[in-house]
Amino acid sequence: MIRLTKVKSLWIYETMVRIRRFEERSIELFQAGELPGFLHAYIGEEAVAAGVCAHLTPKDQITSTHRGHGHMIAKGLEYKGMFAELYARATGYCKGKGGSMHIADQDLGALGANGIVGGGIPIATGAALGLQLKGEKHVAVSFFGDGASNEGAFHEGINIAATWKLPAVFVCENNGFAESTPRATHQAVQDIADRAKAYGMPGIVVDGMDPQAVYEVAGEAIARARKGRGPTLIEAKTMRFLGHYVGDPGTAYGHDKEVGKWLKRDPLITFAETLKQKKWLSKKSIEAIHAIVNNEMEEAIEFARKSPEPDLDDAMTDIYASV
Amino acid sequence: MREILYREAIIEAMDEEMARDDSVFLLGEDIAEFGGSYKTTVGLLSKYGAERVRNTPISEQGIIGAALGAALVGMRPVAELMYIDFSAVAMDQIVNQVAKVRYMFGGKANTSLVIRTQGGAGRSSAAQHAQSLEAWFVHVPGLKVVMPSSARDAKGLLKAAIRDDDPVFFIEHKLLYLERGIVPEEEEVIPIGVAEVKKEGKDLTIVATSSMVGKSLVAAEELEKEGVRCEVIDPRTLFPLDTETILASVRKTGRLLITHEAVQRCGWGAEIAALAAKEAFDYLDAPIERVCAKETPVPFSPKLESYVIPDKDDVIAGVRGMLETV
Repeated sequence: MIRLTKVKSLWIYETMVRIRRFEERSIELFQAGELPGFLHAYIGEEAVAAGVCAHLTPKDQITSTHRGHGHMIAKGLEYKGMFAELYARATGYCKGKGGSMHIADQDLGALGANGIVGGGIPIATGAALGLQLKGEKHVAVSFFGDGASNEGAFHEGINIAATWKLPAVFVCENNGFAESTPRATHQAVQDIADRAKAYGMPGIVVDGMDPQAVYEVAGEAIARARKGRGPTLIEAKTMRFLGHYVGDPGTAYGHDKEVGKWLKRDPLITFAETLKQKKWLSKKSIEAIHAIVNNEMEEAIEFARKSPEPDLDDAMTDIYASV
Repeated sequence: MREILYREAIIEAMDEEMARDDSVFLLGEDIAEFGGSYKTTVGLLSKYGAERVRNTPISEQGIIGAALGAALVGMRPVAELMYIDFSAVAMDQIVNQVAKVRYMFGGKANTSLVIRTQGGAGRSSAAQHAQSLEAWFVHVPGLKVVMPSSARDAKGLLKAAIRDDDPVFFIEHKLLYLERGIVPEEEEVIPIGVAEVKKEGKDLTIVATSSMVGKSLVAAEELEKEGVRCEVIDPRTLFPLDTETILASVRKTGRLLITHEAVQRCGWGAEIAALAAKEAFDYLDAPIERVCAKETPVPFSPKLESYVIPDKDDVIAGVRGMLETV
């Protein structure tokens, strides 16, 4: 059993705060008309990104989804570059050419949020393949949703990873809705983790609202992958607290009715309670964490606002390495 | 100079690049023990082992995604799609992922990978195994598209493609695999983006791709007996395109015929016609002509197949039609 230490616990808590606050402020800025495009908020699912990424180094690789801010923050991407990207500025992680759905930093092993549902799964398989071929003990983790588990890319990607015993971990964030379609109307299985059996890999269901549980399950899967024993499919049962995108009230398809019981299990509240009971966290230290995060965030937002937009010429760069 | 088969040239290119660079590896369906459906990987498994010559499940988007992911962590994969028709199954990975990541990531992405595939008709392979879909890929910024017509080009361009830091969509032709050609024994890397003037002439420019290059050369020989001197240009890479070689020829001859095995509408030839109409308008003495496949799925019947796919007589007829227009 992998024990959650005080240091890791505090990292996970702070990371969840960083994600939550980033999303809350992004929504405000978006609604104020400061950010172009559209946003998919990760609020409610923080325990998954934080609990998994607590095991990863910058040499480990992740692929993510359209709801990718949380994974990127947990993988170590900084507020400045992320806000600058949301503001479509030249100083953003993608120089303003990717936006919310494509934030990436290859140097930190963040192989991109992804606008195509399931699109990152075979890419993570490939990253794991590359790591295996290079003989490195690093792993690739793919985050995706319940909707993606019905894409061909999911089946192709995880089958290859299992067949080749690749150092990969597939983390399905089952938030109960594929955009607006409830899980029960898009798949007959109760647990997506059951599908692992069909590919010859372990499949584990974990409470995605419990950072400690996610940390433990992910730790075992990642350790297994590092030892060359192949991939694992983890299904984290979770819930986005908001609609599919910012502006979707979730009322058309029953999300608003479903979300209430999940709000009571908000990992930021429950985990803070757990850590307070262990005397690892106090009201004062929680306030201090929030203050640090908020300060850093406001600085990052100012940085983004003051950053230049890309030059028109930048539209035509980065298409090829060379032509 | 020695002669080898086009498919042997492909094998040699991968063999040399795998020997030269440990980060190069192959993945695809039936490429290991079986040596590939068109025998383009024969001998490489025994030389480089199963780690670097990897049989995959029949999972085309899995293959391309795996190649991309491996490239992103620093490898140089060569992925084989058995037929270009099967690219349709992998289109998300090719178009939305492979072609886009460098741009979407603001330039910070290793995307050095080759997608090898083959297309074309002539074996009664019918509508799902004989298409010429190159225009789909030329249309997507982020991809380079190479289409060799000879053994020498196949080898030299594939070596360049493997060394290239951008994703290269490399389209071979199933009928060319068994054609023999001179290939130097010493190493030769043919740069991507350089056309070749296959035959010089002053009366008319033929721009031909892949299997149509050979057919055009035969047509040009026959026409020469009538005193018509055609210049035959093989662009070799469809993007990046060597526009200068094509335009210089058109400015010289004043007539342009484009021929490819893909159907005419929205084909790659339309792009070349537009290029010449804009950049060499004052030099044109006749309307631009295109000799392409008829606009139909490729039929199974050998009789129908040869009817819809252009041959050297169609090229000759096209040239004659243009010379009547003065």
